[in-house]
Amino acid sequence: MRIVLVGLNHRTASVALRERAAFNAETAERASKELRSHWQMEEVVVLSTCNRSEIYGVYGQDAELGAIEAFLPQFHSIPPEQLNGSLYSRRDGEAILHLFRVAAGLDSMLLGEAEILGQVREAYRRAADSGATGPILNRLFQSAIEAGRRVRSETELGARPMSAASAGVRLAERIFGNLEAHEALVLGAGEMAEQVVENFRQRGIKRLWVSSRTREHAAALAERFGVEALVWEEMSRELARADVLVSSVSSPEPVVTHAMLVEAMAERKNRSMLALDLGVPRNIEADSSSLYNFYLYHLDDLTEIVEQNRIAREREVPRAEAILNTQISKFEAWYAGRGAADAVDDLRLRLDSRRRRVLETHAEAFAHLGPEDREKIDQLTAELLEELLKAPSSRLRHARSWRDRVQQIETLRGLFGLDSEDKS
Amino acid sequence: MPGPWSYITLALYLASLGLYVAFLYSGRRLTGRFATAALALGLFCHYFALLERSHWVRSVPYDDLYGSLSLFGWLLAAIYLGLELYYHQPSIGAFVLPGVIILFLIGSWSGHPAPATSQERGALFAFHVTLSVLAYAGFALAFLLSTVYLLQDRYLRRRPSPANWRCPAIWRFPPLDGLERMARGSVRVGLVALVAGAGLGIYWEHHTQHEILLTDPKVLTTLVILALYGGYLRLSSRGVWRGARAALMCALTFLLVIFSYAVVNVYLSQFHRFL
Repeated sequence: MRIVLVGLNHRTASVALRERAAFNAETAERASKELRSHWQMEEVVVLSTCNRSEIYGVYGQDAELGAIEAFLPQFHSIPPEQLNGSLYSRRDGEAILHLFRVAAGLDSMLLGEAEILGQVREAYRRAADSGATGPILNRLFQSAIEAGRRVRSETELGARPMSAASAGVRLAERIFGNLEAHEALVLGAGEMAEQVVENFRQRGIKRLWVSSRTREHAAALAERFGVEALVWEEMSRELARADVLVSSVSSPEPVVTHAMLVEAMAERKNRSMLALDLGVPRNIEADSSSLYNFYLYHLDDLTEIVEQNRIAREREVPRAEAILNTQISKFEAWYAGRGAADAVDDLRLRLDSRRRRVLETHAEAFAHLGPEDREKIDQLTAELLEELLKAPSSRLRHARSWRDRVQQIETLRGLFGLDSEDKS
Repeated sequence: MPGPWSYITLALYLASLGLYVAFLYSGRRLTGRFATAALALGLFCHYFALLERSHWVRSVPYDDLYGSLSLFGWLLAAIYLGLELYYHQPSIGAFVLPGVIILFLIGSWSGHPAPATSQERGALFAFHVTLSVLAYAGFALAFLLSTVYLLQDRYLRRRPSPANWRCPAIWRFPPLDGLERMARGSVRVGLVALVAGAGLGIYWEHHTQHEILLTDPKVLTTLVILALYGGYLRLSSRGVWRGARAALMCALTFLLVIFSYAVVNVYLSQFHRFL
């Protein structure tokens, strides 16, 4: 195989280094062009996300792997001493396994995250559109995307929420179902509130208000996400409209009292309300949990749910890996089949060139023969060559497994020196 | 003797149950759709199994207890399928199908009534009985949905702990709102069927016997049931009754229905002359 991967990710590099090594669409295309024109790479895909920058390629016969590994820091003008072992490179089987694990979310910071599959797909699409891919990377990326899709649909790896905010949204869906007909009120404008707003928006909630004691903060958050800002003083009056109440305010005293909730629930005619108290100390009076049709969850509860989900996701890893192994075997079988045809073609070229040279060397011995006889000798030797190639070609095609096939190809290439510089 | 349609129906119901359980655990939409398709096919075949049985006993399915149970299972599955398609909520199938399968098994494999001729009572009577069975199937489904609601409500109110949040199916359970709406839908089907069934029964009695016996315990029980479920429908969408209390009311009402009918059928069956 001639597949190579060079890159760095969240495990090997700091955020600062990852930022420096990141590619956007334009720089990815430029890097891809450079690699193909000056670095003997035949096919290239650049995958760049906030957690990784990786270059996948198929290198030519004359490519220098060390030089390819040096390309990434060189392209971004990162001095080698700053890399400090952050850069990794993988070849063939290891590179393939790495890509499959990336596409399945097994190599992500958040195990089983969903976004990475879309990012792999997008990186491949861009490379394919710009003509940077060929048969090998086309097949490799399509197989990896298929594997990632299977892992998502056939395992629980990505099914459970992994942050307090997303766990809260899933709880809301457990009570209300589709959120498109429901409203949520978020108290606070910090990082947690931001995550909650983002999650609720993604799930298509009908209406979302943000309220903070600092009016400007609420307005800024509301503007950033295109939701409504609510004046803090009006919060208690609007409480009854909220099907979901989320509070992540930094306050020594509860900001939502039992009395406020009693009033709100009465006004709501006891329609269910979910309250997510993400503040420390608590923002919602604890005895409110006894209210009828009022479901109160604290940050600790959500953290516990997330922890259970993390354990459950980790339990799914062997199942995901089994799927990846199946898909990788399919790819390798395809690659081996392709390699067999290439090896036989190379052998044919090598032997045919030898045949011609032998005929030329002994041309004088056939000088007394007419052109028709010489033509016949040429045809006979060519037919003899084809006859000799039939058996190895057939054995390669009908190898018991792709592993046998790869082994036979390697033996053939080694015996006849098909990978050496001298093609004669 | 169960015929080929019974075996096909059983196979389809079992396949549907397996797929519904798989859907509950995997959450794959395609699995849910296959489960629904298997149930729909099972219903189709169940109809022919009922027909097959009727040919064998030369009577309508409700003429004996086992036939009635099979008919009840068929109608229960039919109402559930209708509600599932309307509310797009296949995760309840895993709870409904065991009941349907048990009813079908008892109806088709237990008791082998000898072929006998039954008294010709006409189409009105057939509709009266079928609609009444449909009504009770609707109430039974509402009972099941309300029970799941209560379990789900209890589950959501418990503090999260490793044991109660580990099961993947927990994340696939239908939402409380959906369960409540489905239960109300099921009760509505039951009420409409019961009113129509009782009305036809009274009309049939008047038409054939030229009298209406309002003191019949079954008629009286029916009126009580109508009042209770009517009250449930009215209260379940209002203030203090909304939610778990309404679900509990629905579940208890069904238990009351079962209890009162057991009493009526065992001790007072002579009053309802056509059983």
